[in-house]
Order: sequence, then C-alpha cells, then structure tokens
Amino acid sequence: MKSLPLSLLVGSGLTLIFIIMAGLSFVWTPYDVTALNIDQKFLDPSLLHLLGTDHFGRDVLSMIMVGTRNAIAVSIIAVGIGMIIGVPLGLWVAGSRMNGGSFFDEILMRGNDLIFAFPSLLMAIMITAVFGPGVINAIIAIGIFNIPVFARMTRGAAMGLWSREYIMAARVCGKGMWRISYEHILPNILNLLIVQATIQFSIAIIAEASLSYVGLGTQPPMPSLGRMLNEAQTMIFFAPWLAYFPGGAIVTMVLGLNLMGDGIRDVLDPKLRQRKGQDVVA
Amino acid sequence: MLRFISKRLLSLFSTLFVATIVIFLMIEVVPGDPAAFMMGLSTNTEAADALRAELGLNAGVLERYFGWVTGMLSGDFGISYTYRVPVSGLIFDRMLVSVPLTVYALILSTVIAIPVGVIAASRRGTAVDTTLMGVAQVGVAVPNFWFAILLVLLFSTSLQWFSAGGFPGWEAGFWLCLKSLTLPAISLALPQAAILSRVMRSSVLEVMNEDYMRTARAKGLSERQALLRHGLRNALIPVLTILGLQFSFLLAGGIIIESIFSIPGLGRLVFQSIAQRDLIVVKSVVTLLVMAVVMITFIVDLAYAVVDPRLREGSN
Repeated sequence: MKSLPLSLLVGSGLTLIFIIMAGLSFVWTPYDVTALNIDQKFLDPSLLHLLGTDHFGRDVLSMIMVGTRNAIAVSIIAVGIGMIIGVPLGLWVAGSRMNGGSFFDEILMRGNDLIFAFPSLLMAIMITAVFGPGVINAIIAIGIFNIPVFARMTRGAAMGLWSREYIMAARVCGKGMWRISYEHILPNILNLLIVQATIQFSIAIIAEASLSYVGLGTQPPMPSLGRMLNEAQTMIFFAPWLAYFPGGAIVTMVLGLNLMGDGIRDVLDPKLRQRKGQDVVA
Repeated sequence: MLRFISKRLLSLFSTLFVATIVIFLMIEVVPGDPAAFMMGLSTNTEAADALRAELGLNAGVLERYFGWVTGMLSGDFGISYTYRVPVSGLIFDRMLVSVPLTVYALILSTVIAIPVGVIAASRRGTAVDTTLMGVAQVGVAVPNFWFAILLVLLFSTSLQWFSAGGFPGWEAGFWLCLKSLTLPAISLALPQAAILSRVMRSSVLEVMNEDYMRTARAKGLSERQALLRHGLRNALIPVLTILGLQFSFLLAGGIIIESIFSIPGLGRLVFQSIAQRDLIVVKSVVTLLVMAVVMITFIVDLAYAVVDPRLREGSN
C-alpha cells in the first residue's frame, strides 16, 4: 500500500477535530451556551475559560463548539439538497442526450447559466430578506446554488461515460437509461462527486458564516460562528480574542476540508492532480 | 464570427429576460403594501390610495412587470419607497464608490496573484512553491469579512495607518479616497488572489510542457525568457475567465465589506433597503448586478473568440 498524501492526513485530521467538537457539543460543553453571567464578562483566555468569555459572560469555547455543530449541520443539508436534486438531473439530461433527445439538456444548461448569473451571496441575501432571516432559509439559499454545480458536473462526467464500451454492452443487454445511469454511471463518477462535495461543503461553511454575520442566518440565542464575529466587531479594541477564535475556527475547518478534498482526489485519481486549484472557483 | 456573436447575444438576452422575471416574482411574493409602509402610522386611506396610484401599484402583475422592464431600459428604475427620489440616481451615486472599490480590489488581486503563480510554477516542487501554495491554501479558507476585522485591528488600532472606516467622498480628493478604500480593497482582494494564484500556477505548469515552449528553449532562449515571451501570454487565457467571474464576485462580495467599513456603496444601499423594506431599490440593484455578470461573461467569451479562433467553431 502506497503512503497517503500529506494533505489528506492533515486535512482529515483537522476535519475530524471539528466533527468531534461538534458531536461532543450534543452531550457536553464546558459551559452552558445560553446562560448569561454578566459578572464573568470579557474574561481573558485562561484555564477556567480556555478561549475567554464574551460580553454576556458566555464561554467562547462552548459557543464555538455549538456554532461548529450548526455550521456543519447547515452545510450538510445544503450540500445534500444540491446533490439529491443536482445529480439525478445531471444523469437524466446526459442520458436523454445520449439517447437522442437534447431538449431537456438545453433547458438544464440554460437554467444553470441563469443561476450562475446571480452572484450567489447577493441572491442568498435576497432570499433570506424576502422570506425572512433564519436557518431554514439560509439552508435553502445555499442549497439552490449547489444544484447547478452538481448537475453540471454530473452531466459532463456522465456524457463522457456514455460512449464507453461497457455502457454499449449494457444497452445491448436491454438495460434502460435509468438502470444504466444507476448501475454503471453513478459508481464511476462517485469519486468526482465525493471530491466536489468536500469542496462545496467548505464553500457552504463560509456562506453560512457570511449570512449569519449579516444577521440573516442562524438566529439568537443559537450560537453561530458568523454572528459571534459580528458581535465581536464592536469589541475588538479591548477583547480581540472574541474575533480571533471564531474566525480561526472557520479558517481551520475550511482549510481542513479543502486539504481533505485535494487529498482524496490525489488518492482516487492521480490524473486529476494537474487540474488542482481550478475547481475551487466553482 | 458574426454567427458566434449573435448566438451569444441571444443567450445573453434570454438569460436577462428570465432573470428579471425571477427577481420580479421574488419581490412580488413579499407580503406588505409599500404604500401603507410609506405612510407610516397615518391611517389616511385616501392618501394611501393616491400614493399607490402614483407608484403604479394598482396595475396588474403583467402590466407592472413590463412597466418595470421598459422603464429600466430607458434608465428609469422607479422611485425609492423610503428616500422618495429616483432609484437610478441613488444607485448611480453608490456606484461611484462601489465600482472603483471593485476595480481597486481586482487590480490588487491580479498584481499579487500573477507573479505568485508564475514564481510558484517556475520553482515547482521547491520550498518556495510549497510555501506560496500553502499560504494560498490558507487564503482560500479565510472569509473576507473576518480578514477585514483583522486588518482593522492591525492597521487601524495598532499601527493607526488607516482609519477603521468611512469614506470622505470624491470631492475630498482622489488620494484621500484611495486611502480610505485601501483596507476594504485588500480584504476583498486577498482571498481572491489566493484562488487566482492557484489557477495561474497550474496554467503556467500546463503551458511549460507545450511544444512551442520546447521550440523556444531549443532556439536558445533561457527558461525565463521563454516563459516571459511565449509562455505567459498563453497561460493568461484561463486566468481571464476567472478574472471575469471575480469581477462580479467582488462587486457582490463588496456588500459585506462595505458594511464593515461603513462605505456608502451599493452594498450598504442593499442592506439599508432590505431593513427598510425598500424593495424597489433591492430589485434594481440585484438586476444591475446580474446584468453586470452576464455582460462580463459575454465580453470574456468574446475576448476568447477573438484570441482563439478555434473556440468560434466549438461554440455549439
């Protein structure tokens, strides 16, 4: 067995730390995140409060743990929406195009262009502004932008596979479009999907933080990394740790996910290594 | 070429058309009557009716949609519900701040990313490459609003080189304005530069294996000369696309950054309008930004087709 790439080890290590922190927060946090202790406010990081306390005397570490859990939950659902809708769409139009019909393909691609024409952050802000701020609308807003990403990627990869001999063989055997898509195409593009999902996941984490930062995502009293940063902003002059730690948590988590995505790609498909860096933009 | 342009133009207009419908419908969904809102606590129904008529709110959905679109085509975006002034003027004033900020950030991002990408690629596998790409990897992960807070902490609080926010207005002088836009531009530009430098690096690496680079080396050019004279120009092609995407991203990303630094740009306008339910302003700004994205994509496509004739044929 060849050695695993460093990026995969570091990336999955970092990701694991946050998953453990988030999981742990379900059963235990150092302090209660909703309890206010005004006499304990603005404490420097110390052994009692490892990352200090905020203006209400809440423990920053506990808030980060719960905030991480929320960020992960939002991102999983948002990316999940993108995959559950986007992947079948991509499979469908690729399959129907390869079987003679290009009508739905045209519609899907134009729909993709349409969604990509909206600056995603602006659109998310508009959706939450129209339908009201809140975690559900934030998930929907982020999820919508994941649909075309997965649809387009699945379509491209699936179209490349449809001309292969083994697909031809399956067609000769009398398998229908959906059965071929499910039994032969999906397993072969799973690698790509996993890598893309990691990247989209990290983008979703930043998007959730941005929305919460402007007050349109997770609502109080639920802690959220983005809103912690927003509240910290007015207090950075005397309590800078309130800005350092939540931001550091976001960066580390996203960095971990990106490294892990790169690592998985290197392991699964060495050919893709040259394209490194291009997908981050999508 | 003509066929290519007309085809692209057609898809440009159809995208814009559908986009305006989507935006219009979204705003339609919002509950509440703008006229009642503008009247505040007053319960004078006659005045409210008059106002509604003045704003054109009594017409049917279709009529209002076409009124809105044809109005925009002639530069009339309607009247702001809260400011009671034409939206077009409001937006124009804010664009005088937002567009320079975006261009400033784009220039910074390009000036940083291209050399970094080229250096990393030409020293592939060395410590220089690893360090630069490590920094870029972290840069991609940094949310720009957090970066902005850190910049304020360092440059405004500790070093006191820049003020923590505000914008003096262009009449106060170009350099003063440039200075007040510097921190916002850096916080917008650096995460983008991280992405761009990664693209630049892989693009240069790809180009270095091309036949014409071997020819250039064979005719006696040094590696550096070959790269600068022949490689760079070709490596910049994929970077162009990303730059086009980034312009629109930066314009929209400015929304949050502008609020952090209290800069009176489009972003602040959008947030204020959302808070005040001044949806006609929100609608117009979003439409303008979508238009900007579509136009930029079109221009980049066109630039490609001019540079590379092969793309004209492959366009279908």
